[in-house]
Amino acid sequence: MSINDETTAAASNDIIVCRDVHKWFGPLHVLRGIDLTVKSGEVIVIFGPSGSGKSTFIRTINRLEEHQRGEIFVDGIELTDDIRNIAAIRSEIGMVFQSFNLFPHLTALQNVTLGPVRVRRWSRTKAEQKAMELLERVGIPEQAHKHPAQLSGGQQQRVAIARALAMQPKIMLFDEPTSALDPEMINEVLEVMRELAVSGMTMLCVSHEMGFARAVADRMVFIDAGAIVEEGPPAQIFNAPRQDRTKEFLSQILH
Amino acid sequence: MTVDTDRLPPPASTVGPAGWLRMNLFGSWLSSVVTIVLGTVLIVAAFLIAQWVVNARWGIVFENLRLFLIGQYPFDAVWRIWVALAALSILGGLTAARSTRAVRTLVVSLATSQGLLALLVAFSNLGVVPSAALLVNTALVWLSFALALRRPVPRRALTVAWLVFVPAAFFVVHGASGTPLVPVATRLWGGLLLTFVLAVAAIVLSFPFGVLLALGRRSDLPVIRMLSTTYIEVVRGVPLVTVLFMSSIMLPFFLPATLRIDALVSAIGGLTLFSAAYVAENVRGGLQAIPSGQIEAANAIGLNAIQRNIYIVLPQALRTVIPANVGLFISLLKDTTLVFVAGGGLLELLAIGRSVLAQPQWFGAHVEVYVFISAVFFVLCYTMSQASYRLEEQMGVGTR
Repeated sequence: MSINDETTAAASNDIIVCRDVHKWFGPLHVLRGIDLTVKSGEVIVIFGPSGSGKSTFIRTINRLEEHQRGEIFVDGIELTDDIRNIAAIRSEIGMVFQSFNLFPHLTALQNVTLGPVRVRRWSRTKAEQKAMELLERVGIPEQAHKHPAQLSGGQQQRVAIARALAMQPKIMLFDEPTSALDPEMINEVLEVMRELAVSGMTMLCVSHEMGFARAVADRMVFIDAGAIVEEGPPAQIFNAPRQDRTKEFLSQILH
Repeated sequence: MTVDTDRLPPPASTVGPAGWLRMNLFGSWLSSVVTIVLGTVLIVAAFLIAQWVVNARWGIVFENLRLFLIGQYPFDAVWRIWVALAALSILGGLTAARSTRAVRTLVVSLATSQGLLALLVAFSNLGVVPSAALLVNTALVWLSFALALRRPVPRRALTVAWLVFVPAAFFVVHGASGTPLVPVATRLWGGLLLTFVLAVAAIVLSFPFGVLLALGRRSDLPVIRMLSTTYIEVVRGVPLVTVLFMSSIMLPFFLPATLRIDALVSAIGGLTLFSAAYVAENVRGGLQAIPSGQIEAANAIGLNAIQRNIYIVLPQALRTVIPANVGLFISLLKDTTLVFVAGGGLLELLAIGRSVLAQPQWFGAHVEVYVFISAVFFVLCYTMSQASYRLEEQMGVGTR
């Protein structure tokens, strides 16, 4: 059964397939049967009230959280307890966190090169060259030799994006990447994400930046109480939401 | 009842020595009385101490200085200790030039304490040569430091040099049968030499062992976690004397009769096993302080568990626990005085002191001996705590 799924998943260009994903934190049922299929190159914005399980959901995709029922395939590989599968999938997926999670004892450049040197086994020269290209792409090559504590929030988050991209992932997960930023720094991070979306990266973003969603999302997914309430292209979600709950939530955050 | 404000005298001066005295010592009647009483006590005490120092029979220290420094280490092999000490001085100087202030503090102390020792030796019956040699060593530290400042030695070369130096120095001082360096049985080592070897070996070995125990205690594997926790709790619940006693007297019962453990090795083993449990608990505190986001980020870029510990967790955790560990190592240094319970005739500094007191001509010179030994321990411990303060100052820089 699972072999069949893998072949169909690969054939139809679906890079992430989630079926009936459930997750409990103790007695708390946080994910209640999520079905979501993501095509290669798609940009998906996931939004919903806090505590709805949206962060937990994207964290199950690279196994930072374990799902307890249902199945998740990433690039044809099923996520199970098999440690080799987890390692293979994690090297395909880049992740950007709300609180940056840069390594404070390493410089920006060392943060970016760590994965390529230790996991991909690149030479230091090659890794540093690639890292400098990425830091240039996110617009902060001059900060390469500073430690995270010496950078602004926006700069830290851009280093974090460069760090994730350095592993040359096929998929990027963004877990509220701008929520911890001061307002004037949000745009510099969104600009990098926009550029990334245009370049054809498959992206799953948990975000309430509705301007960003309207401009670059192929699909928006509204999650509430651990289940997908509604999904569709931005135009439909913003202009003609089908569910009352979506309408209500959007009216709260769009003023 | 108006006060003529033009006629008020200016407030008493609080500037200058007189002002300082008035402010701090004679501010009020009570304060003046306390100052006079305490001052008298202090002056009398200082006088009595000075009188004792002048009249004390320091001969017991000066005439036995050789025993205090190296125990009964044979005379014709002493040059081997000099070689090791000179190498240590040069390597220390070279390293200090490439290092932070904490390491420099240690190296400055290496130079100063050899200088102080030279002064002591000059007054002893050991003659001019060792005193001059110690001064040369002091100069070697500064010279190699100055040279390395001009032409820095690559960090990797220094690491290799230290990794070679430690076993090489042990080999030179200990010797080995079948080589030109005739073995010197460890029961002949003594005094400061033995204290130094015990402390350095126990510190260097217990640190990595303790780190492994701390990681083991937080391991996901239940068996490893249980073993580590049991080890830590058992050792922490037992006095050091018992551990030393067990490692030297009980252990041979469980080993084949042909396998005899050197007293020095079993003493170092006992100190290491004991200290590692405390290191582990310190390190565990550092590990717990690492935010879970760090682990998640390490996982997300695909590091495995070992890489995660080596590159992300330990560098951050150890940085924060080093001051606490230095405190631990200071007490470990002082605990080396307990190795006499391990038997095997190990005479470290304190034991040498006791054996010297048995000499009939110095009957009753206890205080002199213990004051001297205390002073030596104070210099060693003070060096370590100063280095630890420097380390704490550095830690804020460029980290979090």
